Amino acid sequence: MAARIPVTSAGVRVSTRCPSFPFVSSSSRHLRPFSTTLRNRQPELTSTSTTSSTTPISNNGASSKSSSSNDSSRTGTTHFGFQDGLSESEKTERVAGVFHSVAESYDRMNDLMSFGWHRISRDHFVSSLNPGLSSSHPPRPQRILDVAGGTGDIAFRMLHHAHILNNNPSVHVTISDINPSMLAVGKQRSLSLPASQQASLSFLEADATAPVPAIPAGSLDLYTVAFGIRNFSNVPAALSEAYRLLKPGGVFACLEFSKVANPAFDAVYKRWSFSAIPLIGQLVAGDRDSYQYLVESIERFPSQQQFRGLIEDAGFVVGGDGFENLTGGVAAIHKGMKPL
Amino acid sequence: MKTLTPRLRSLSSKQSLLQHHVQQLPIGATAALSSHITTTATTTSGTTRPFSVLNRPPPNYPGHVPLTGLERAALAVGSGVVSFFDPYRHDMIAALGEATASPYFIERLRRAMLSSRTGRRILRDRPRITSASLDLPRLRALPANTVGGTYVAWLDREGVSPDTRDGVRYIDDAECAYVMQRYRESHDFYHALTGLPVVREGEVALKAFEFANTLLPMTGLSLLAIATMKPAERGRFWSIYGPWAVRNGLRSDEVINVYWEEEMETDVDALRARLGIETPPDLRDIRKRERAEKKRLKEAAAAQAVAS
Repeated sequence: MAARIPVTSAGVRVSTRCPSFPFVSSSSRHLRPFSTTLRNRQPELTSTSTTSSTTPISNNGASSKSSSSNDSSRTGTTHFGFQDGLSESEKTERVAGVFHSVAESYDRMNDLMSFGWHRISRDHFVSSLNPGLSSSHPPRPQRILDVAGGTGDIAFRMLHHAHILNNNPSVHVTISDINPSMLAVGKQRSLSLPASQQASLSFLEADATAPVPAIPAGSLDLYTVAFGIRNFSNVPAALSEAYRLLKPGGVFACLEFSKVANPAFDAVYKRWSFSAIPLIGQLVAGDRDSYQYLVESIERFPSQQQFRGLIEDAGFVVGGDGFENLTGGVAAIHKGMKPL
Repeated sequence: MKTLTPRLRSLSSKQSLLQHHVQQLPIGATAALSSHITTTATTTSGTTRPFSVLNRPPPNYPGHVPLTGLERAALAVGSGVVSFFDPYRHDMIAALGEATASPYFIERLRRAMLSSRTGRRILRDRPRITSASLDLPRLRALPANTVGGTYVAWLDREGVSPDTRDGVRYIDDAECAYVMQRYRESHDFYHALTGLPVVREGEVALKAFEFANTLLPMTGLSLLAIATMKPAERGRFWSIYGPWAVRNGLRSDEVINVYWEEEMETDVDALRARLGIETPPDLRDIRKRERAEKKRLKEAAAAQAVAS
């Protein structure tokens, strides 16, 4: 039984959010290019996403990952989840579609998929960076850029850490994201911050893989990207751009999903990712395909060692292992410094 | 009555049995991965082969997502719960239908289609009902007593469009997936055929009719929504619409076998008579009269309160 709501003559469904219940209703599904509920307007999206989901995960994928990121700089093709052979602009467009569609339910879905653990990972990431720490009086100003941080998770934590814990009000954070929907969510959430922190926050819509004109070269103290870099169409280009924007001695820090070390845990984790995550996406957000892409993109991302290699290739100096595994490798923090 | 035909061993299922034996030979590294947590998936037309979620078989049709048994069960439970609390989630109702229809019920419905000449033609032609495939302006020009005229008048009255239907994704056999798609797209015609409106009460009554007629589990599970109806509506269901639905669903022909595209100019009453469906009492009228009566009583009570 579908107690159906009327459709306007333009064929766009009116939003009906059920306020007393946490499940997101299918209000914006018609606007999502990825959803099969759309009347086969882009059938190739649904067919290719499911053919991609049936590609077996084998160890061959790991060795092709570093070569695929090298390939993209040579042939201009990249991958979208398990689908290969896309141009960078196509990938950018497809990722935009995914994040337009998940923006509203992003936080709730993160909580459901990781049982709230993503909050711990993000807290640890920001604490380990210790933004705003300065031994001089008055404290030195710092400029921070949080890339692909549209909803503001990392930026808000950094502002709190700098302004409140390190008592350094001259820290400025810029949130950059290629997707205006995610930025809109971030702007909305930033309204509940204290006024001093809001004054130190700015938003920028930009592509991280291309030169960002709004930020002068060599001006950043810290460049962060959390759970975003695997979606970039050209990771080496983004790393080069990060290198260009940072000042000498500036730090590049990346929090991203990575390879789990323990094989038994990995077996469970992979099965959870590929069967439960898309199912939760379908039940809660009404969008299986976006979450299928998300777990595929995690699978395609380079391993800790390979990504460390990419960071060094961009010119950063990497100390020790170069990465810190969180939750047994489910996520990893990579850091590099621009040499002085 | 319902055609509960036995499952016939067809030629195609014999061929796929052979394929099944051939494909049991190991196929390299992927076989090692798919060893433990495995379940079955259809290959081409019938038999199944174990697979793991890390190594799903290729889709049988665009949009197809082969699910393991555990995933299908989880989808059935999850979509059932979500659609119970939020009946506006059409995608959840659709998913519930697909998750619960396999293996027996959708096969039974397909056999019912195969048993009828028109059903076989529908399965051969595989027509789709969308605003592109139906010529709505032409239908509007038809007289009001025709199927097409009633359908488009009902569409306009309820403010709905033929496009608001999800594609089938979780049924493995491509032909069964079409049967489910056809059922889903014909749902609006069942509304037009029975005259039941899109309000919750009308939908529940129609689902009861569909359950008696098509035996799809989702239609039966949708009747749990009776618990969410108002007492007056529930009373009407048990006394009028429930019995009507059961009586007519069981004795009428299978509505899945109606070739709607060819019946657009048929007189609705003639079609009902041919199928063996009696028109239920007009639910919109009953509700309107009930609302008017309530309003009258409220005004009388208010007048009384003022007077006393």
